[in-house]
Amino acid sequence: MLTRPALLFLGAFAAILMSYTALSLVPKMQLATIEPTPGTEQPFGAQVQGREIYIREGCVYCHTQQVRAPGYGADVERGWGPRGSLPGDYVYDSPHLLGTMRTGPDLRDIASRQPSADWHYAHFYNPRSVSPGSVMPPYPWLFRTVEVGPGGAPGNAVPLPPEFAPGDGLAIVPTGEAEALYAYLMTLKLEPVEAPAPSPATE
Amino acid sequence: MSQPAPSLTTTEAVPLGSPSLSDAVPVDAASWRRRVDASARLPVLAYVLSGVVWLLVGTVFALLASFKLHEADWLGETAALTFGRVRPAHLATMIYGWLSMVDVGIMIWLWGRLLKTEVRHPWVLLASCALWNVGMVVGTVGLLAGFSTGVEWVEMPVAAFFCIVPALGLVAFALLSSLGRRRVRHLYISVWYLGACMLWTPILLVAVLLPIYSGVPHATVNWWFAHNILGLWLTPVGLAAAYYFIPKVVGRPVYSYHLSYLGFWTLALFYNWAGVHHLVGGPPPQWLVTVSIVFSVMMIIPVLVVAVNHHMTAFARIRRVLYSPTLRFVVFGAMSYTVVSLQGALMPFRSLMEVTHFTHHTIAHSHLGVYAFATMVAFGSVYYLLPRVTGWEWASRRLIALHFWTTGLGIGMYVVGLTVGGIQQGLLMNDASVPFLDVVIATKPWLWSRSIAGVLITVGHLTFAWLVWQIVRHRGPAPDGPVYFRPPPTGLFGRGDGGRAPVADSSLL
Repeated sequence: MLTRPALLFLGAFAAILMSYTALSLVPKMQLATIEPTPGTEQPFGAQVQGREIYIREGCVYCHTQQVRAPGYGADVERGWGPRGSLPGDYVYDSPHLLGTMRTGPDLRDIASRQPSADWHYAHFYNPRSVSPGSVMPPYPWLFRTVEVGPGGAPGNAVPLPPEFAPGDGLAIVPTGEAEALYAYLMTLKLEPVEAPAPSPATE
Repeated sequence: MSQPAPSLTTTEAVPLGSPSLSDAVPVDAASWRRRVDASARLPVLAYVLSGVVWLLVGTVFALLASFKLHEADWLGETAALTFGRVRPAHLATMIYGWLSMVDVGIMIWLWGRLLKTEVRHPWVLLASCALWNVGMVVGTVGLLAGFSTGVEWVEMPVAAFFCIVPALGLVAFALLSSLGRRRVRHLYISVWYLGACMLWTPILLVAVLLPIYSGVPHATVNWWFAHNILGLWLTPVGLAAAYYFIPKVVGRPVYSYHLSYLGFWTLALFYNWAGVHHLVGGPPPQWLVTVSIVFSVMMIIPVLVVAVNHHMTAFARIRRVLYSPTLRFVVFGAMSYTVVSLQGALMPFRSLMEVTHFTHHTIAHSHLGVYAFATMVAFGSVYYLLPRVTGWEWASRRLIALHFWTTGLGIGMYVVGLTVGGIQQGLLMNDASVPFLDVVIATKPWLWSRSIAGVLITVGHLTFAWLVWQIVRHRGPAPDGPVYFRPPPTGLFGRGDGGRAPVADSSLL
């Protein structure tokens, strides 16, 4: 009968140890020696800072970074990537940012789909300036408002539709943070692999 | 079949070891319960009150996040209040603040009652509560200030968990140290759930926080953890409470006590394998996802066992939900557990996940579990135990009814809206001919329905917090008996006062 607590704790401990080993340690070992896929590079400098901003602002709650293979969902048909994601796409990801929610579109291949800096800056500043109907939050704290001098707007002024522009004699310019975030997004690029992608770790 | 009654009124008090807590050990059951309740008073109050404060904080974050998802420019200039920061703040305050802390309060109280022994080391428990609150403040402020770890379900800066995990360790130490002094031989099923999750939860947190993961294995350990913090922490406490309060208020033993062993061990063995189904269709090795799907489906066994035991026990005298606030909340929670778990066992199939994955359907499912089950059971438990530890009664049966109907209808509207909206979102998303922005716009009405549901739930939380404040401060007219939704027929609830302390009993601690 249930009178021996030691039995309970042993059983409970064994149960959790088994699943931790199988679901965490075994995949860690299985994927320990995996090669990065072509095009996957270790981020550095501003790209690293941009990734930290991506984490800080919680982009992961609305954007996944995982493309489902053709035949499962419509990710590739939507132009979100040329193929399904593979473990090798993530070897430099720490923490991982796979995400589980698509209030917005997947971003794993955003660099191929939308490389324009002007578009991204306007979108960060206020998403509705380029995507009417979007529910993405604005990030004005990644920008500065500057006065337009006699020489005209600064070269890096963000082009905005009139209803989002800051007013006469003013311009919006990205801070280093906005530039870093853009630099990070431009690392998110999927390249087709030679052989048709085998499903991850086929066995 | 003879089942050990969960009620302590008739079980034999077998002294184990050398319990000599007092020379004048009271012999009758009611005195016993009062002594146990009195010893639990301060730690239980500290944890329950902390939980209620975090409930209110979490509710504010919930409303901010919900409205911001359809009114994106509202408060859009303030970095600390952007959606991507208040959403993890909502999760952290609700899971680690409200539910975890109120559950520890419930756990401490149940532990004393079920082992028929005074709660030991109350000052250690109070210290753990203070430490936990420090962790929550650090974590919440840290998230708003932009120091998220980026790992879902453990976003709070690691400093917060350096407080919470040791606090949990202190709770486990204080409670487990009374095992040897218990005055019952048999350990009731609730004790099994509580004891196991005291071990599981610190292990889970330490395992996920180890800085050894990256890439795809990080994702698998992340979802192994996130699923288990529900299944091996919030679920066991919720089930332990339901296994105690349903038979207690109904006045009948558990329908099949032997089945409850099966339910416990199948939960312990199956649940913790299920989490990786959150990565269906993603880059992890397929065998992992398949294993998780298989175990998710096997969860049908513990779920049905618990369903039989809870519902057959409650339905024997189901009319009592008309009167007892505790029973009504707990039965609502137990029924939600059956629904959410059966849904959870069917959802992971790849064909269904193709539609529902990455949509608001998942959010609906998680709220069905965390709110309609775990939170409603916690509300019901607090309605039972606070009168016992405060020696006072609830101020208003009408306000308890308001609390029940606003939260019950609110979460119903929440779950139905996002379930339907999520399926629509998934179907549209899988049709590449629909522009993505049209998918976003199609979900907006459902996001509105969630916000309206959230306002209803907020009314319930404010009512609950006010009631808790009243009973703790001994406000209102002196009570003359338990508060029911309506006056029960004479004799319905028997002779028992459930171990209520006499009003203004000043001999406590």
